[in-house]
Amino acid sequence: MNCTVNVASPLRDYTGGAATVSARGATLAEILLDLDRRFPGMRFRMIDEQQRIRRHIRIFIASREAHELAAPVAADEPVHLLCALSGG
Amino acid sequence: MLYAVSTVTLWIGTRKGAFALRSDQRRRSWTVSSPQFLGHTIHHIVQDPRDPKSVLMAAKTGHLGPTVYRSVDRGRHWREAATPPAFRKATDSEAPRAVERVFWLTPGHRQQPGVWYAGTSPAGLFRSDNGGEHWAPVAGFNDHPMRTQWAPGMGTPDGELLHSILVDPRDAQHLYLAISIGGVFESSNGGLDWAPLNEGVAADFLPDQNVAFGHDPHCLVLHPLEPDRLYQQNHCGIYRLDRPTRRWQRIGRNMPKRIGDVGFPIVLHPQNPDTAWVLPMDGTRVWPRTSVDGKPAVYETCNGGKSWRRRDLGLPRSRAWFTVLRQAMCTDLHTRPTVYFGTTSGEIWAGANGGQAWRQIAGRLPEIYSLTAAPH
Repeated sequence: MNCTVNVASPLRDYTGGAATVSARGATLAEILLDLDRRFPGMRFRMIDEQQRIRRHIRIFIASREAHELAAPVAADEPVHLLCALSGG
Repeated sequence: MLYAVSTVTLWIGTRKGAFALRSDQRRRSWTVSSPQFLGHTIHHIVQDPRDPKSVLMAAKTGHLGPTVYRSVDRGRHWREAATPPAFRKATDSEAPRAVERVFWLTPGHRQQPGVWYAGTSPAGLFRSDNGGEHWAPVAGFNDHPMRTQWAPGMGTPDGELLHSILVDPRDAQHLYLAISIGGVFESSNGGLDWAPLNEGVAADFLPDQNVAFGHDPHCLVLHPLEPDRLYQQNHCGIYRLDRPTRRWQRIGRNMPKRIGDVGFPIVLHPQNPDTAWVLPMDGTRVWPRTSVDGKPAVYETCNGGKSWRRRDLGLPRSRAWFTVLRQAMCTDLHTRPTVYFGTTSGEIWAGANGGQAWRQIAGRLPEIYSLTAAPH
């Protein structure tokens, strides 16, 4: 299924400047893999090699914060890729 | 590669982006570029001496994970590595490791075009065989049975750092690296196996001075024309090593006592293995790590560390609390090289004729992390 993904500004170099893109998948993991297929390299900047969400990245599915890549995403739920505060 | 007269590019990695500072033919006039990757944390930018069109940059941002950018047109355009340095997936019995920052970049042997090495935090060694496009862990180090003892995760405010990856110009299989904190290590088989090389080096922060590893080398260098000659600026002094011996000699003992021999960088004359420069910092009491007494000075040895000469003509005479990080000092490759350093307060200084006369050539930059020199 397709969902809407809102992309924080530090990641928009990957999306050609787009703040909103669509992605396909029923879990956060599937959506991030789909994004990485279309925007190569984007996933690794958010997810480390141990498959953990990086410290200053926060991902919300609708209004629920996702802490695991297995988190399910319903068809009508937007995904928000946010960058948390990380110092001056 | 030495060149008699030519322009110089200084690649500047800062906490807030990358810059290039380019000279005229006489190295008198300098022009600073606009920032590239403004806001990104740039730890190292290195131009490939085997292929000067190629430049690699180690980067991350405050939010995003670490990566490497690659240019094939001398820094005009950049493309991200397809596979940045990353540890392998941890097994269930292992503590998972993830690269926090790519800290160091070293071009491979001249007979191995396209080979690069990267050092990371936490301490990891990575290799690319295709000019920085794809990176793979060097298992011989990253999975070494002693790795958790050699690099237990202690480190600097930026974490444990693997840096100063050196390739013996006579033998591509002969490698050195340094870890803060961990020590100096050597491989004679291309990284398949490693051994500590720290005999004679102090570790004032440990109760036992006779440990085989656990030291804090800040910067390790090898002379390209005499590769058996190594120097290191350590947390605990300045040292020289003449292989095949394994015991470091503390040449920092010959520094003036009121200055001491603590610092971050050490750089070598491109032709003369006996000539080196250091930039001492205050390592007393709580370790301010600023220029001693607020009077910055470079110290030069021309005899392998038997004696040192203060080189501060043109530098501020007082109230200059410089900090110069381990990657932020270099020389160009001229026969009479200029020595350069960049400060954490965003100034770049050039010392002509081996530091005999200094002048500021750039300022108001972000906190400078690294400085490397290359011909245009």
